[in-house]
Amino acid sequence: MPPLGYFLVFGALLFATGLYGVLTQRNAIRVVMSVELMLNAANVNFLAFTRYLYPHDPRGAVWAIFVMTVAAAEVAVGLAIILVLSRRRQSIDVDRAAEMKG
Amino acid sequence: MAELAWVAAALPLLSFVVQVFAPGALRRRGDWIGITAVAASFLVSTGVFLETIAGVHLHVSYPWATFGDRTFQFGFQVDALTGVMLVVVTLVSLMVHVFSLGYMEGDIRYGRYYTILSLFTFSMLGLVLADNFLELFVFWELVGLCSFLLIGHWYEEKANSTAAVKAFLVTRVGDIGMLIGIFLLYSVAETLQYQELWAKLPSLTAGLVDSRTLTAIALLLFAGAVGKSAQFPLHVWLPDAMAGPTPVSALIHAATMVAAGVYLVARAFPLFLSAPASLYWIALVGGFTAFFAATIALVQDDIKKVLAYSTISQLGYMFLGLGSGSLVAGSFHLMTQAFFKALLFLASGSVIHALHTQNLHEMGGLSRRLPVTTWTWIIGALSMAGIPPLAGFWSKDEVLLAAFHSGRPVLFWLGVITALLTAFYITRATWLAFFGEGRSAARARKEAVHPDHPGHRGGEHVHHVHEGDWRFRLPLLVLAFLAATAGLVGSSWFGHPFTRWMEETMAATAPAFHPAELSPSVFVQLVALLAALGGILLGWLVYGARVISREAVIAALRPLYALLKHKYYLDELYAWLFVRTTVAFSWLAGAVDRYVVDGAVNALGWLGAQIGFSAGDFDQTVIDGAVNGVGQGVVAGSHLLRRAQTGYVTTYLWVLLGAMAAGLLAIAIVAIR
Repeated sequence: MPPLGYFLVFGALLFATGLYGVLTQRNAIRVVMSVELMLNAANVNFLAFTRYLYPHDPRGAVWAIFVMTVAAAEVAVGLAIILVLSRRRQSIDVDRAAEMKG
Repeated sequence: MAELAWVAAALPLLSFVVQVFAPGALRRRGDWIGITAVAASFLVSTGVFLETIAGVHLHVSYPWATFGDRTFQFGFQVDALTGVMLVVVTLVSLMVHVFSLGYMEGDIRYGRYYTILSLFTFSMLGLVLADNFLELFVFWELVGLCSFLLIGHWYEEKANSTAAVKAFLVTRVGDIGMLIGIFLLYSVAETLQYQELWAKLPSLTAGLVDSRTLTAIALLLFAGAVGKSAQFPLHVWLPDAMAGPTPVSALIHAATMVAAGVYLVARAFPLFLSAPASLYWIALVGGFTAFFAATIALVQDDIKKVLAYSTISQLGYMFLGLGSGSLVAGSFHLMTQAFFKALLFLASGSVIHALHTQNLHEMGGLSRRLPVTTWTWIIGALSMAGIPPLAGFWSKDEVLLAAFHSGRPVLFWLGVITALLTAFYITRATWLAFFGEGRSAARARKEAVHPDHPGHRGGEHVHHVHEGDWRFRLPLLVLAFLAATAGLVGSSWFGHPFTRWMEETMAATAPAFHPAELSPSVFVQLVALLAALGGILLGWLVYGARVISREAVIAALRPLYALLKHKYYLDELYAWLFVRTTVAFSWLAGAVDRYVVDGAVNALGWLGAQIGFSAGDFDQTVIDGAVNGVGQGVVAGSHLLRRAQTGYVTTYLWVLLGAMAAGLLAIAIVAIR
C-alpha cells in the first residue's frame, strides 16, 4: 500500500486545480466544475485519513458520502441559477453578473 | 318692632337682588317691585320710629370678622336719630320711586334705574342703621357708588359721565380723610362700636389720649362729611351731579345721601363734643359754605343748579347748627330740608318734564299751566325761605338759635344774611319759572337747535305744556304737606317737643350726648323772619314788580356778578391746581413707565433673546454638529467600505483565499514558535 503522503499530495493538487479554475474561469459552468474538483479533493483527504489512521471507524467514509450529497444539491442549485442567468442576459460570464456591487 | 328694623333695609336689598337676577321675569322692568319694597320698608320704618318716640333704643350686633383677638361687629342700632332718618329716607325714596314712574317713563335704562334706586335705598338705610364706624363706612361707599351710577345714568353724553366721575373722585378726597380718621380712632379706642366708644370717651378724654389726637380724629371724620355733604371746599361735585335724572337729584343729591355727612357728625356727636376745637371748624365751614353757596345760587340760570347750590347752602346750615353744639338743630334741619328740598326738586322735575328745558329764562308763566306744581313749589319755596309756620322756619330758627348761643356772633349774622339770600334766590327762581309772561318763543327757538334731553320722549310741543298725571302730583302733594307741617313738631308754639324728645332719648342711649340747654329767643325768631321777608320782598321788587332793574344791578356790580357767575372760579382753580398737576404727574409717571420701567423690561427681554440666540447657535453648531457628524462619519465610512463590495464573485474568492492563507500562515508561525 502506498504511503499516506501520496494521497495527500494528490488531494492538494486536485484542490489547487479546482481553486485555480474557480479563480480564473469566467464561464459559470466551468466555475461549478472547478468547485466539484475542490469538493472531491476534500473527499480524497477524508478517505485517505480514515483508511490510514482509523481503519475500523466508518465515520470518515460517511462524511465523504455527505459531501457528495451536498455537492449534488449544490450543482442542482448552481445549474438552476446559471440557467436563469443565461435566459436573462444570454451570457453566463460571472464577471458580468455584478449587480451586487456596492 | 324696633328689633325688626333691619327688615327695613333688607326689603330694598331683596328688591335689588330680584331685579338684578330676574330682570326678564318682571313685566314692568322692576318699578313696582321697587315701590312695593320701599313702601313696605316705609311701614316698618314708621313702626320703628313710633317706638323710638316712646324712647325705645336697642343695639344688636354680631361678630363679623375676627383678626387675632380683635373682632369687628356687624349689626344695627335704633335710637331717635336712626328713627327719624329711617322715616325720612324711606318716605322720600317712596315718593321719588312713584314720581319716577312718570318722569322716567320710556327711558332707555328704566329697569336699571329702578334697580339702582333699590340699591341706594338699601345702602342709605344700612348707613343709618349701622352700629359701628366700619359698617357705616361700607354703606357710605355704597351710597357713593349709587350716586355715581345715577349721575351717569345718561352716560351717552360725555358731560354726564364726566360729572359722575367728578362726583366720585371729589367725595373720595373726603373719604380718604374719613378712613384715616376711623383707623386713628381704632388705634386709640380699640373699638369702632358707637356704644363702646361713647362709654370709653370719658376715660379717653381724661388724659389717656392727647386732646390733639381726638381733635384730629374728629376733623378727619368731618372731612368725610365735607366731601359727602358737599361743603366748601369739596362742594364742586354737587352742582355737576345735577346731570342725573331729576328724581335722583331729589333723592340722593338733596334729601338723603348728601345729608349722610350731617348724619355722620350727628352720630359721632359725643366724639365731636369731646374735641371742642373740631366743633369750631365745623361751625366755621358750615356757616361759610351756607353763605358762599347762597351767593352762587343768586345768579344761576339752571333751575336745578339753583336748587343744587341751595342744597349746599342748607347743608352748611346743618353743620352750623351741629358746630354750634346742637345735635338737634342739625338733625332737625336735615329732616325738614329733606322734605322741602325733595319737594322743590320733584317740582322742578315736573317743570322740566313739561317744558324740556332747565333754563329759568326760558320758563315763565307756568302757574296757569302747572297749577299743582306751582303751588307745591311755592310751599316748598316758602318753607325753605323760612316763613312760619312752614317747616323750614322752625328748623332754621333752631340752627340760628344754636349759633346765637354759641358765642360766635359773626357766624350767627352770616346765617341771618344767608337766610335773606335764600329767600331772595328762591323768590327769583319762583318768579322766573312760574310767573310773568311765558318765554316759550325763545324756548321754542332754542329747542329747534338743541335736541331733547337724552332718554326722554320728544314730541311734546310748547302749546301742549301740561301737568303730569297722579304719578307726578301725588308725591308733590305728600311732600308739600310735610314741607308745610313737619316743622311743627319742633315749633316753639308747642314748646320744642322735637328738641326735647331727641335730646332726652339720645342722652338715654349715651350719656355723652349732652343736652344743649338752649333757651328759646324771640329775638332770633324775629331776625330770621325779617331776613326771610326782606329777601322775598327784594326778590319780588326785582323780578316781580321790576321796581329795581335787574340789568342795572348787574351792570353796577359787574365784577361781582362775573365772580358769582363763575362760581368764584373754583372749578377753574381746581382744574389748574389739581387736575393739571395730576395730568402732568401722570404724564411724568407715564414717561417713567415708558422709558425706565419699559426700558428695563425690554432690556431684560433683549438679554433673554440674546441668550436664546446664543443657545440656539450652540445647539445648531455643537449639538447638531455632533449628531450630524456621527451621521456624516457613517456615510463617509460607508463610501469607503462600499469599494470592497465589488459584486465580482472572483474578488471575494481572492479575498477568501488571501485571508485563509494569512490565517494558515499565522497558525504556522504560532505552531513553530
